[in-house]
Amino acid sequence: MTDYRKLWSDLGMDLEKHDRLTSALPLIYEEVYLQQPERPQAMEYFDLVVAEIHSLRIVELVEHRRRGGKVCGAFCVFVPVEIIRAAGAVAVGLCGGSQFWVPDGERVLPRNLCPLIKASVGARLSGTCPYFQSCDLLIGETTCDGKKKAWEVLGEYAPVYVMDLPQMKRPQDLAAWRGEIELFLARIEELTGCRVTPGRLAEEIRLQNRLRQALERLYHTRKADPVPISGKDALLVTQVSFYDDPRRFIDKTEALVAEVEARIASGQGVFPPGAPRILVTGTPMAIPNWKLHHIIETAGAAVVCEETCTGTRFFEHQVDETGRTLEEQLQALAERYLKINCSCFTPNSGRLEDIFRLVEAYQVDGVIYYNLQFCHGYAVEYYTVEKALKEQGIPVMKVETDYSEEDTGQLRTRVEAFLEMLR
Amino acid sequence: MTVLGIDIGSRTIAIAVLNERGELLAGHVADSGPRPLERAREMAGNLSSFRRVVATGYGRHGARADFATDLITEIKAHALGARHLFPFCRTVLDIGGQDSKVIRLDEQGRVVDFIMNDRCAAGTGKFLEVMAQGLGLPLEEIVAAACTSDGEITLNSMCTVFAESEVVSLLAAGQPVGAVARAVLNSICDRTMNLLLRLGIEPPVVFTGGVAAIPGLPAYFARRMDLMDLQVPSSPQLVGALGAALYGIKVKKATG
Repeated sequence: MTDYRKLWSDLGMDLEKHDRLTSALPLIYEEVYLQQPERPQAMEYFDLVVAEIHSLRIVELVEHRRRGGKVCGAFCVFVPVEIIRAAGAVAVGLCGGSQFWVPDGERVLPRNLCPLIKASVGARLSGTCPYFQSCDLLIGETTCDGKKKAWEVLGEYAPVYVMDLPQMKRPQDLAAWRGEIELFLARIEELTGCRVTPGRLAEEIRLQNRLRQALERLYHTRKADPVPISGKDALLVTQVSFYDDPRRFIDKTEALVAEVEARIASGQGVFPPGAPRILVTGTPMAIPNWKLHHIIETAGAAVVCEETCTGTRFFEHQVDETGRTLEEQLQALAERYLKINCSCFTPNSGRLEDIFRLVEAYQVDGVIYYNLQFCHGYAVEYYTVEKALKEQGIPVMKVETDYSEEDTGQLRTRVEAFLEMLR
Repeated sequence: MTVLGIDIGSRTIAIAVLNERGELLAGHVADSGPRPLERAREMAGNLSSFRRVVATGYGRHGARADFATDLITEIKAHALGARHLFPFCRTVLDIGGQDSKVIRLDEQGRVVDFIMNDRCAAGTGKFLEVMAQGLGLPLEEIVAAACTSDGEITLNSMCTVFAESEVVSLLAAGQPVGAVARAVLNSICDRTMNLLLRLGIEPPVVFTGGVAAIPGLPAYFARRMDLMDLQVPSSPQLVGALGAALYGIKVKKATG
């Protein structure tokens, strides 16, 4: 195995601390992923990506920067990566999904804050995430108060640019969002020194649409019974889509889809036919947050869909490709991104419609509402979602947790009891 | 051949032995101790004398790996046990050492919904234990002490650790032990009431778990929460083990 220590220390990382982080991951991954029966062969690629998560892709980023290219890190599915790439920069996702980073985040942030924000900021402060270390610009957004204020703190440690996302979806909000996207384009052009041309932007819009479609096709296979791929694997693929080179990711995901479709044709599954089918809805799960999926799937149910930012919210809806001018393209981008039903919007009835549609399409037996602790928007929205689902007789349960393992026993009891209720 | 139900909880282990007709032959409760699995196996006795051994509670997975034949969650176990003792039961309130939960049953006794406290001891047996310690009272006397007062002090802290310091400060400020004990009981009542109201109270309500075994406490709860028909089994701590054993008989019938 190649020694990447020089690469990491050149990025200004804390090697000793980083060793502690990377020594834990293979054990967790072995338990959570490699012991699954009947995994698709094509998951090997994604195993490799995780095994080399701090090396192979980082080498590519370093190479890109050596040639004068820029790297932008984003935290949220609202950031239009098409624009970043059309300006010649690389876009990487930056959500922090590990408890490892939380204590460093708590050095500067309140304890009563969502673990995702604490971990993200902690990852930067501790110098143990090579993606953060490779970024020329971090792109925040205003999807919640915690993040909004955290960017100000993070701004002391790294260059941060914040996009102002409207909180309603009226015509004037769309216009404002469109304006934000124009400002964003100008900021990215300034960073890279490259003009975004309609030709380049059209190319990136098509590419990102293909990436979303690849994920959509993968999700479509999960509608089959028996389900041909585990929820854990599908979640992993979605998580990797935020980091990976988009062209390679599309190829590998399409290969996976082909294999999984062949399984459906031959009736092969990773759970027995009739196993309880769960829709997970709620807050995002960033790598290596596989906690809830692991509990559900080791209890004998299959997670068949995620209505989350690391699920359908990320890839549903395509950008209209017919725009020929920058004007038309930016409008198309604004429209597509504003269709995402994040709980930061009021009202957010679109999310309810999404949940009902997915319950139907994936023949879901029960909904588990996943809430990262202290994520108030989603926590409050549970009231509406629970009421609507119960009125329709669809079983639903809320699980509120963070990245630590101390509540695993209790979560297991709740998940198992929920499954007993469905059977 | 008999069936054994074993409920391995955070504070206690309970076992129930049933014959084929579902009659209780033996039942008892002991402290979990530092090695609950070993204790559980000891309490189970001669395993070969049972047709099935069904584990529930916090330690059920360990027991399943070790000596039990089946496992069910404590939610299902309490539902089965409560329904057996009170055939019309529609709501189970179970307060154990670390968890408090409300379970709703349909007319047939199937679990249709449940709610559990999050990762926090507030409103559980552990909370009461810690507060009793702060009050300098044995747990068995906390209700009697509370009944000596009709004061209306409220505990403001949600967290067990903070509530304990609040108890200590109230006593230091000269509040009578009875008044503070009352505040403690009211705090756990209000929290339990929130759980009940979230899920909806369908009577009859059966109160199970270790907290229901504290002398006078179910009556105190019933008064405070205006639940006049709150039913309490004679051994509320055995209900989970009983439910597990009943499940064993059911499975045995189904599989022959």
